[in-house]
Parts: sequence; C-alpha cells; structure tokens
Amino acid sequence: MALALVLVLPVLGAVVIGAAGWRPWSAWAAVGANGALLGAGIALSVHIVDHGTVTGAWGVLRADALSAFMILVIAAIALLASWLGVRMIAIELSEGRCTERRATLYGVLVQLFVTTMLLAVLAANLGVLWVGVEATTVATTFLVGHRGTKGSLEASWKYIVICSVGIALAFLGTVLMYLAALHAGGHSARALDWTWLMAHARLLDPSVMRLAFALVVLGYGTKVGLAPMHSWLPDAHSQAPAPVSALMSGVLLTVAFYAILRFKAICDVAVGPTFPRTLLVIVALLSLALAASLLLTQRDYKRMLAYHSIEHMGLIALGAAAGIELAIAAVLLHILGHGLAKSVLFLTSGEIMAAEGTSRIDKVRALLGRNPSLGGVFGVGLLALLGFPPFSLFVSELVMIRAEFQVGLGWAATAALVAMVVIFVAVAGHARHMLFGPSGGTTMTTPPSAVTMVPLVAGLAVCAAIGLFAWPLTGLLQAAAHTVAL
Amino acid sequence: MSGPSYASALALFAGAVLVCAVTVLWVSSVRMVVRVVALQGWALAAVAVSLGLQAHDAGLVAAGVVVAAVKGIIIPLLLRRIDASDVTAREQRPLVNVPASLVVSAALILLAFASTRVVSRVVGGPAGPLVGLGFATLLVGFFVLVARRRPVFQIVGLLLVDNGVALVAFLVTAGVPFLIELGVTLDVLLGVVVLIVLAQRMRHQFGDIDLDELQELHD
Repeated sequence: MALALVLVLPVLGAVVIGAAGWRPWSAWAAVGANGALLGAGIALSVHIVDHGTVTGAWGVLRADALSAFMILVIAAIALLASWLGVRMIAIELSEGRCTERRATLYGVLVQLFVTTMLLAVLAANLGVLWVGVEATTVATTFLVGHRGTKGSLEASWKYIVICSVGIALAFLGTVLMYLAALHAGGHSARALDWTWLMAHARLLDPSVMRLAFALVVLGYGTKVGLAPMHSWLPDAHSQAPAPVSALMSGVLLTVAFYAILRFKAICDVAVGPTFPRTLLVIVALLSLALAASLLLTQRDYKRMLAYHSIEHMGLIALGAAAGIELAIAAVLLHILGHGLAKSVLFLTSGEIMAAEGTSRIDKVRALLGRNPSLGGVFGVGLLALLGFPPFSLFVSELVMIRAEFQVGLGWAATAALVAMVVIFVAVAGHARHMLFGPSGGTTMTTPPSAVTMVPLVAGLAVCAAIGLFAWPLTGLLQAAAHTVAL
Repeated sequence: MSGPSYASALALFAGAVLVCAVTVLWVSSVRMVVRVVALQGWALAAVAVSLGLQAHDAGLVAAGVVVAAVKGIIIPLLLRRIDASDVTAREQRPLVNVPASLVVSAALILLAFASTRVVSRVVGGPAGPLVGLGFATLLVGFFVLVARRRPVFQIVGLLLVDNGVALVAFLVTAGVPFLIELGVTLDVLLGVVVLIVLAQRMRHQFGDIDLDELQELHD
C-alpha cells in the first residue's frame, strides 16, 4: 500500500497538469507532489531501517534499504528540477518559444519520467525493473527534443535509437539469467524475483551467467553512459532543457547503474567476484580516459557538464568493482552527492544560458563580477563536483579509493586519480575563463530571483551537510550497501 | 503435434525470422521493407504459438497472439504512415551496398552460431540448436542500423534487434512470464510510436533527409 502510494504521488502531479493544462498553479501542484514524494521517501527509509524490507502490490513491488535510498535521490532531484522548470517554462511561454500545448506535454512527461524511475527501483522482479528502465527512454525522448530545434531533434533521435539497442541487450541478459534460474529449479512466476535469485545464486549455471552479466553491463551501461556506449549522452544532456538535463544526469544514469548493482550481486555469488570486477574495471577506466581527453578541448559548458557525468559514472563503476561493503556505501553516497551537485549545476547552466544567450565557454566572461549570485552558485557547484571538502563527493571519493586499494585494485585507483587530475585542470581552466577574466565593457545581467536561488543553494547546502555530518544517512547507507555488497 | 513435425515447424518459423532480417538488407523500397517486417512479426508469433501448443502453456499462446497483433499488424500500419506522402520512397544511397551487405550478414550469422553454443547446450531439445537464429537476427539488426540511412530503415533495424531478442527469449525459456511479456511489448510499441513521431517532426523541419546529414552536434 505504502509503496503504491509512492508511485502514485508523481502521477497525481501529471494528472493535475494534464487536466488543467500548464498553469502556474498546476505546475506548482506538481512541485508539491514531488515534495510530498521526498517526505514519503524519508518516512519509508526510516521505516525500512527499523523494520526491514517492505513489499506491496501483490509482490510486484518491493523496497529494501537500497530501493529506499534511490527513492530519496530521485525525489530530491525531482523536487529541484520541477521547481526550476516552472520559471523556465514561464519564460519560454512569455517569449513565444513554446506553445501552451508543448508546455503541458512537458509537465506531464517530467512527472511520468519520475514515475518510471521509481518503478525501476521499486521492482521486486528483474523483468519489471527492465520495463521501468525502458519506459524512462520512452518518457524522456520528447523531453530531449522539447525545444524543437534541429540540434535537439538530432539529439533525441540518437538518444532513443542508441538507448533502445542498449536496453534490448539488457533484456537479452535478463532472459539468459531467467534461463539459468529455470534450470536451477525456479518456478516461472518467481524465477526473476530478486529474493529468489539471491537465495539460489549458487545453483545458477556459471557460463550462462557470465554471458548474461556481460550483456547486462553493455546494455544498462549504455543508459549509464559508460564508454564505449556513451555517444548519446553529451548530445542529449546538452540539448535537453536544463531541468530535464538535471534529472537525466543527476538520477537517470544512476538508476540504470542501480540495475547493474542488482545483477552484480547475483553474479558475484554465481560465478565469483573476479569476472564482474574485471568487466566493471574495464568500462570504468575507459570512461575516465574518454572523459579526461574530451574535457580538455570542450567549448560548450553544457557538454562539459555532460562529459563530467561520464567521469563520475566511471568512478562509481570502479567503486562497485571493488564491491566490499565500504566501497558500495561510498558508491551510494557518491550517487547522492553527484546527483545533487550535478543537477544544481545543470539548472544553473540553464539560468546562465537564459541570461547570456549562449552555451559557449569562450563567450561567457567574468560571470562572477557581472552576475555574482549565478556565478557564485556555478563556481561553488563545480568545486563540489571536483571533489573539494566539505562536500560529500570528497568523502565518497576518498572512501572509494581506500576500498579499491584494500581489495587489490590500487593500480586502477591510481589510473583513476591521474584521470581526475587531468579533469581537474581542464575544468578549472574552463571555469576560470567563465567566472573571472576582464569584465571591461560587458554589462551586468539581471540576477535571478529568490525563488530561483532557494533550490540551487539548498541543493548545494544539503550536499555539504551530508559531507560534514553523514549520521542521518549512516544507518540507511550501511543497510543498503549490505544488500548488494560482496 | 507429434515430435518430428513440431520440431520442423519450429525450425521453419524460427528460420523465417532470420530470412526476413536478411531480406531487409536486400530490399530498398520502403513499402517492401514494411511488408518484410510484418512477415517477421507473424513468424515470431508462430514460434511462440507452436511452443505454447506443444507445452500446453496458455500464457505463451496468448503472448504469441499479442506479438502477432502488435508486430504483425499495428507496428507495420504505423510505419506505413511515415512515408505515406511518397509511397515510392527508397533507400538510395546505403552506406554499404547490397552485395557487400549480404556477405557481412553471412559472417554475422556464423559469428552468432559460434558464440551461442553454450546457451544451446543448456537449452537442449528441438529449440536448443535454433538459439543462434535469434542472435543472428539481432546482429543483422545492428548492421542495418549502421549501414542504412533513412529513418524508416533505422526503425526497422531496431525492430530486427528487438525481434531477435524476443526469438531468443521464446526459444530458451519458453518466454518470460506473461505479465512481463505484456510490459515489454507495450514498451516496444510506445518506443516505435515515439520514433515515428520524431521522424515526422524531422521531416517537417528539414524535408526529406538522410540521417547522416544531421551534423549539428559534435565536439
């Protein structure tokens, strides 16, 4: 019952916008629904830490600590993104860049997008998980193409074609796991249930499981944006409206990674930890190398943020490769910290684009002098993403590296550190150009209103707070890491 | 159905799925390719129904009926609407020409059978040796995606990938549970609808185009 309620909350927002059309009040009602979702997520997390796993909807839905944690991440970022979306659409409507029908479609699809992500993390069954992740692609394609420009249509075409292929491979992996489960004595109705698979993982045929896991990493990895299947990501994230980029980069990538974590836990038992670890290390290092080389020459700040996401997905994959409880807890903390910081940055970049009229790095100068509040948030957000204390990414990166050394992946952690240094230099260079520099002759731009600033500052403040005092999350993180760790 | 005739019917239908995939590489007219994809949908449905009849599994027969309705009727009807304005539309400048495409597909089929020996062994029975057909269909679908440039052909490539995966699913596990099968088919249908709407928007915006003319986004 409680779990079905979690799914219904964002749908309510979609229904209100769909029925009333895009109005300021209906848009704020959807923001309210996402706020209520965050409240429900917190209540559910507290309940699960105290009383254990919850199931609902005749066994189709199931929430353990890991699902609850992902609900928190999804709800927090949905709240930020829908809040900023209200003003963005209002500006587009007033400038005639968007019709009312498009605005309504946008509002409905954002809420459905949030619902499909929730379905994915609440699925008790790996088949339903697949249906949820695939549905995110369908829900987001029109959102990527919202602006209707040549570039955004190209990006949405690439996005749906590449991700559909990826997700088809993930389905093939799921089918092969189902085959292994049936041969291990599973009954067809329950053989894809996560609890059944974990209980019987030792009986699964290792050679079929290896093929299944490789397909799953390749398939869901496409949606995570891991190299070499990343090519849709920079286009989609740079062309989508800022709130959609925030949701995609902040949570959609990690929801797909959540699927890999679930499969990995089964595979760790079925074929031993070496095979999944090797695969994840390969894609992680490839992603880091790719992000480092392309960030150096980046000329567009939204694409810069997109490649930065590929870097962080690489770090998360490397942490997951280590696999011990400490590493997984750090991976989850990193998922939350990256989600918050990256969505604040994408939302800020949307405001910068609205104020400056360009997404090119070399056209934006001396932002800190001309628009201190926007420039300030952008600068602080980048510091958070680059792993400076007190933000939580500093803690999670440190712990991941420690865990990697602990399991003998020190060489991979060292390679990752080298890539991180290169990325630091590249991003700091671009940021210096945008934030400082001579402001002679350039005009001040209108500072954003308080309604815009509140969620941006709050997002960064929460990111710093969980870096300083992790205690409200410790119990949840430990319980969540325990479900999928080695 | 008795043993041998069941096995040969299954092999015939599964083989037809792959033959349709290779035929896609061979034809260039949009109208023809949509017919081939519809035929492939029916062949896939026939695989599901014969497996279901043999195993007395009502869920699997129902899945076959859903597949026939969605992939044999609805999706082809929708696809026909994209190029409704010019029914004679053709793929004029494929990136890889037809003879070379057929050679590549032969290599892909060999690769598919070589790489699925493990799975075939685990599955066993009359369906086991046929698993390679599904993988081969999937690989030919990939090839269509990279070698053909009209939007319709790209959608067809995706459908081939999808039908290949579905064929493997039916053969190795007699289909996933019916509820999941419904969800999967619905997702595919919605995905195709989205692709068709996008293709029409692009056509409206830029006129009749090949996809490699889209060069707005790069680093």
